Amino acid sequence: MSTTPVTPQPVKTNRIGLQILDYRGGKTTLCAGCGHNAISERITEAFYEMGIQPERVMKMSGIGCSSKSPAYFMSRSFSFNSVHGRMPSVATGALLANKTMRSIGISGDGDTASIGMGQFVHLLRRNMPMIYIIEDNGVYGLTKGQFSATADIGSKLKSGVINDLPAIDTCALAIQMGATFVGRSFSGDKKQLSAMLKAAVAHRGTVMLDVISPCVTFNDHEGSTKSYKFMQGHEEPVAEVGFVSHFEDIAVDYDPDTTVDVQLHDGSHLRLRKLHEDYDPTDKVRAMNLLLEAHAKDEVLTGVFYVDTQKPDFTSMLNMVDEPLATLAAERVRPSREVLAQIMAEHS
Amino acid sequence: MEMIQACQPQDHPSKRLLIKGRGQELRGFTDDTHPQTWKECIQPMTTPQLVVQDQPGLQPASGIQQIVNDFSIQIATVNGSGSQSANNVLLRSIFRMGVPVSGKNLFPSNIAGLPTWYTIRVSKDGWVARKTDIDVLIAMNAETAQQDVQSLRAGAAVIYDQSLKLDQVRDDLTYYAVPFDQLAAATGADAKIRKLVKNMVYVGVAAQLLSIDMDWVEKTVRKQFAKKPKAAELNLKAVRAGFDYAASSLTKQDPFVVAPMSATQGKIIIEGNEATAMGAMFAGVTVVTWYPITPSSSVVEDLIDYMKEYRVEPDGKASFAIVQAEDELAAVGMVLGAGWAGARSMTATSGPGISLMAEFAGLGYYAEIPGVIFDVQRTGPSTGLPTRTCQGDLTFIAGLSHGDTKHVMLIPGSVQECFEFATEAFNIAEQMQSPIFVLSDLDLGMNNWMSEPFDYPEKPINRGKVLDAKQLQELGGFARYKDVDGDGIPYRTLPGTDHPAAAYFTRGSGHNEKGQYTERPDDYENNMLRLSRKFETAKTLVPKPILQGKGREKVGIIAFGSSHWAVIESRDQLQRESKLGTDYLRIRAYPFTQEIHDFVAQHERIYVVEQNRDGQMLHLLKVDLDPTQIVKLKSLRHFNGLPIDARSITRVIAEQEGAAK
Repeated sequence: MSTTPVTPQPVKTNRIGLQILDYRGGKTTLCAGCGHNAISERITEAFYEMGIQPERVMKMSGIGCSSKSPAYFMSRSFSFNSVHGRMPSVATGALLANKTMRSIGISGDGDTASIGMGQFVHLLRRNMPMIYIIEDNGVYGLTKGQFSATADIGSKLKSGVINDLPAIDTCALAIQMGATFVGRSFSGDKKQLSAMLKAAVAHRGTVMLDVISPCVTFNDHEGSTKSYKFMQGHEEPVAEVGFVSHFEDIAVDYDPDTTVDVQLHDGSHLRLRKLHEDYDPTDKVRAMNLLLEAHAKDEVLTGVFYVDTQKPDFTSMLNMVDEPLATLAAERVRPSREVLAQIMAEHS
Repeated sequence: MEMIQACQPQDHPSKRLLIKGRGQELRGFTDDTHPQTWKECIQPMTTPQLVVQDQPGLQPASGIQQIVNDFSIQIATVNGSGSQSANNVLLRSIFRMGVPVSGKNLFPSNIAGLPTWYTIRVSKDGWVARKTDIDVLIAMNAETAQQDVQSLRAGAAVIYDQSLKLDQVRDDLTYYAVPFDQLAAATGADAKIRKLVKNMVYVGVAAQLLSIDMDWVEKTVRKQFAKKPKAAELNLKAVRAGFDYAASSLTKQDPFVVAPMSATQGKIIIEGNEATAMGAMFAGVTVVTWYPITPSSSVVEDLIDYMKEYRVEPDGKASFAIVQAEDELAAVGMVLGAGWAGARSMTATSGPGISLMAEFAGLGYYAEIPGVIFDVQRTGPSTGLPTRTCQGDLTFIAGLSHGDTKHVMLIPGSVQECFEFATEAFNIAEQMQSPIFVLSDLDLGMNNWMSEPFDYPEKPINRGKVLDAKQLQELGGFARYKDVDGDGIPYRTLPGTDHPAAAYFTRGSGHNEKGQYTERPDDYENNMLRLSRKFETAKTLVPKPILQGKGREKVGIIAFGSSHWAVIESRDQLQRESKLGTDYLRIRAYPFTQEIHDFVAQHERIYVVEQNRDGQMLHLLKVDLDPTQIVKLKSLRHFNGLPIDARSITRVIAEQEGAAK
């Protein structure tokens, strides 16, 4: 028996006293090296670092490899793996029932840009207060590698088939449709993705993040425009994304000539240091221009393209009572006998 | 189910001459053997302005027997011409005279310009089903006028725009030509609204010719335009113009008259969709999502009005959210998302919407999420006849979605049940943790029905098996899909429940008791068997069928929904005309309860009456019933888009039973 005293390592916790373990999910069943797993890691860290109570989070998804991933982070959060392309409506309903909850939706390029396009654009239009992530790999993984609607024109399948239809730019679409926080990142860009996710948590409104997430099994080969290699060569950040949370007592100086500072809803700050001459994330038209120009140049722009902190989200537009509708007491939702008698008299 | 008890002076209609004086006094019979009956009918209604004997126009031509309170009026107009208000005034004025009425709107799938017909059935006996014969036609639509007149039976009366020259079409009808345009213009109404005013002119003409109490007409117009006093005055002017014209220029020659009764006292008139909306509000619905579709739109439109009136709190905030979705897929997706998160949620749709909702219906069943879906049925397949009625979604909904799926259906047969079932559907949905479908139809939903006033829901709101943080603490955790109580219904938690063991994973893929993904054969089988047990439990929650008759006849009738009103009238016809007694069971829900099996077992021949081509209820019964019983079932179907009428049922059953008339 050793008598050496052991000093217990202090357990690292976040601002609400939880450990990173409290934010972990189940073991992933996706392929080793799948970009989606890296995104799950970043989400776990972002919610941990922001100190969000896991029980206050709803994880929503549709169908596909991406939509499985809510099982792999934050097991203490409530999760709903719905049907293909229909996560936006389910997420909307859940937020109507309880607007005090936070919501994060995980979708894929097939789930969003093909079967789910109808619901996706209406979610954006409503500016539903949730984070909507597209884990974008340009192919259908679960059905073994067919092109999706975000596959670039000229991109090649493993079988040699060339994609001859144009890609849908979900970011340009999201800006046009009314999302209030729109960006693109890369599952391999840990620093950028982390900062963007934390800012997403601080924003209230639809955050639409298109995260290029290579499919190591079906779309990581030569000729693919969604491979690790292609992204490493073509990723073009529009700005360096910095994030200063509202609870950190740090004053970071920035140069207003080169950096855009955006105060988010919870008081945190998004600091965007321009890397591109025309960059202005508060201007829809310039944001759209940047994206269109990048297409012409075969660049994959990343970063935060557009932020609007003024537009009201859908739940506030509905002017609902402060408490969740889901749990209102019976006397607040069932009108009185007198009301029924009055209505009956009107019909006599 | 109660029959509407009407006073029945019909024993001596021919002997009745005139209603005299100011309505307090009645000398209606030359023969005084039944004056009491008639008096009882008349007295509670005060009709101070009814001075019939002063109006020579109403004096029936000698030899014509009056037909009192037993005829139907059809108003033929052009869609979009604003005749709805006028028709409503006619209907409600007769209703307020104490006389049973029903109103059916036969309208096209069109915004303006196509023909539309509104039928008011006046029935002292309280029959409210559609009657095929028209007795009084108000022909306002040039396009259909000739045909409308041709379809009348001999002896009918026609009130028509004199420019149509309809009196030359046939010589076996009574004609009343009216210069509607001139009378409308004389009211001083702007040219723009003259076509609306014109409709009120026919109300006045009809009031005069049919002895409809002008006092009630006036009150009804004022009530209808309560928020627009100017419009009320203008409309009344038009009514009076019609009334005065008829009094001075027309001579009553047809036998049809309305006379006061007391059969509608305390009753209301309402459309089924409005009743549904009210039921949902009193159920405590909080999330309503929809995609407009005929004939269900008015469910949510009426609900919006009610919720704004009665569910906005003193600080101006709403205890509800109503969202017009991008399509029916999204509407039902929102319903399930909201139900999952703990709200009482609903949508209203019709057949094409149900088709789109099939995918989510399966998710709701398998992932066990409450929600209420109102289906106001119209004719299919596909777009079908969007403005015509049908009971054609029954078999589709019973198993809506792929795989082994089963759904609970509630089938209201009256506006009162539209209200009650709407309220109860939310309780059943949360108790069952499953989507619940409430099937009415266009006839019930969009037409005017008399009813007893609705009863306040006495049952407390039942939120089903939901565990809170405290209970979780005591239990130490829970398994979302475990059959703890043996009724197949598991426990759930709501998102936001503040306990580390509260969360679970909801999915439409294979899952075990803990909600974890599984492809294990035994996990799958156990879960599916539990869902079967749960469906059995539904039989203890749904409304039971209602039996009419003593249960000792050889012939039974099974029907459901809006067919009810034609069936009860048909049973009366069969009894009176053919001395054929029948028992009648009205099914009000699926899954079927034991009473239905017993009814079939106790009768030799059972006619299953329904409004669809394929005998869908019969089909569902065949699946459930003992094979030896199935041979007893006979299918009686009506599916031309118009509401079923009693005569169609009577004809078939009398013939099949060899019953002499």
